[in-house]
Amino acid sequence: MEWLESFWATYSTLVLSVGTNVLLALSIYLTLSCGLLTVANAAFMGLGAYAAGLLTLNAGMPLWLGVSAGALLAALVALVIGRPTLRLSGVYLAMATLAFGEVVRIVILNMERLTGGALGLNAIPPLTQWFDVALAVGLVLYVLLRLARSRVGRTMAAIAQDETATELMGLNVRAYKLFAFVAGAGLAGVAGALNAHFTFFIGPNEYGFDRGVEILAMGVLGGTGSPWGAVIGAVLITLLPELLRGLGHFRPLINGVVLIAIILYSPKGLWDLLRFSRRHSPTAAA
Amino acid sequence: MLTLTGISKNFGGLQVLDEVTLKIPARGIFGLIGPNGAGKTTVFNLITGMLTPSSGTIEFAGCLINGMAPYQITRQGVARTFQNIRIFREMTLIANVLVPLGDHPGYSAFRALWPLSCHRPAEALEYDSARELLARVGLADKAERLAGTLSYGEQRRLEIARALATRPKLLLLDEPAAGMNSAEKLLLMDEIIKLEDSGLSLLVIEHDMRFIMGLCRQVAVLNFGRVIAQGTPEEIRANGAVIEAYLGTDDEVRERSGRRS
Repeated sequence: MEWLESFWATYSTLVLSVGTNVLLALSIYLTLSCGLLTVANAAFMGLGAYAAGLLTLNAGMPLWLGVSAGALLAALVALVIGRPTLRLSGVYLAMATLAFGEVVRIVILNMERLTGGALGLNAIPPLTQWFDVALAVGLVLYVLLRLARSRVGRTMAAIAQDETATELMGLNVRAYKLFAFVAGAGLAGVAGALNAHFTFFIGPNEYGFDRGVEILAMGVLGGTGSPWGAVIGAVLITLLPELLRGLGHFRPLINGVVLIAIILYSPKGLWDLLRFSRRHSPTAAA
Repeated sequence: MLTLTGISKNFGGLQVLDEVTLKIPARGIFGLIGPNGAGKTTVFNLITGMLTPSSGTIEFAGCLINGMAPYQITRQGVARTFQNIRIFREMTLIANVLVPLGDHPGYSAFRALWPLSCHRPAEALEYDSARELLARVGLADKAERLAGTLSYGEQRRLEIARALATRPKLLLLDEPAAGMNSAEKLLLMDEIIKLEDSGLSLLVIEHDMRFIMGLCRQVAVLNFGRVIAQGTPEEIRANGAVIEAYLGTDDEVRERSGRRS
């Protein structure tokens, strides 16, 4: 057991990051599987992280309460901005959500008395245990896998393929899209809250454009055909830089080359490759 | 069953429909014909709520439907197919038909989280009715294939099956025979007559005159956004204004040939 202890001492942050990144990838899977290109998940993650961090740090609340509050805040904000922005589609939706992300970052930056501004929040209690993350990932994955195989999943796949045709099948497309957006935001809030309680420190720039693109990359790389795609994408994007650590200066370069190669050879994501080798189709099995 | 009263539609300065009034009776097949660009598909888009009329009212089964969201109109019992086929190409045939079948009142998304065994009876029922619908259009043997792999005529039939899955009272078909060969057309006519016999009302846009004249009890002719004639196929065939709309007048012919010489 000794090696396990030393492994955990070295890699615990990495393992926990894999977990929260899986949650983030699943959060963007929800909107991507409806064919919606939103880039606001980093901002929702930030909202969750700050809400939870402030509650545990200043009010001494337990972790589960902080996580719930973080998820709730992110979901509520998503509900408010989702109604007008989800009328947009494609690149325009991406632009609008991108702008929203910047607004969140700048608001956090300027509410210095509450959030600490550019200095961020320091000394957040390290409350997140491995089983908290494992429980969250397990629960979310179960729910999303079941949802994907239900009518909800079938409808979301239909919306991704042809929104108008789906609407004319008597399905309330806008409600489904809002559901995906709000649920994804709540999930990103959970990930942010859990993440804040093992990184000790959070700052506004952690939840900016870079993080937004990273989350998107996890979702797209793994593939949007199944929640498993998001899991694969998140694990790969988190571990790849660590696996390439020996390459020194070339690390970011090779990292990028690997990602481009995957996108070129499997544009529908890694999950699609695996799916075809197993001759299994998630839309066929309902 | 469906009544359009004084429907006008303009896109900016372009008037596409001008005071169109149509009465589509319950049961039977109603044909809507007219030259290209007359506004036929716009009529369909207005009825299904994809567009809202600039003025006028649309009444379906005693209920005002203009201003309703498209999905609400579908739930009232109006279904359609598209001129440019819009099936879900990357889904299997059966999944295509299951999309609208899943939506019945009382279904809650939370039920998706119950144990799998609770779903089996309901799912089996849905599968049966989906297969039945595919059988009605002669596609039962291809149920597990991807929709994108079907031939053109088969895709059109799949679209009809999918529209029927919404349990419509009125079915709008936008050029159902386009791109079909004559054998496929005859098959389709048979299928449409069967649908009529099952108590459905149909409104059909079509360019193939033999198709329209052979199927419809009533035909309306649209030209430049106005209804220029309405009646039985025989009346339409003899109507001067209709012949003029399709073939032009003597004067025009003389004028054109004059210019050419």
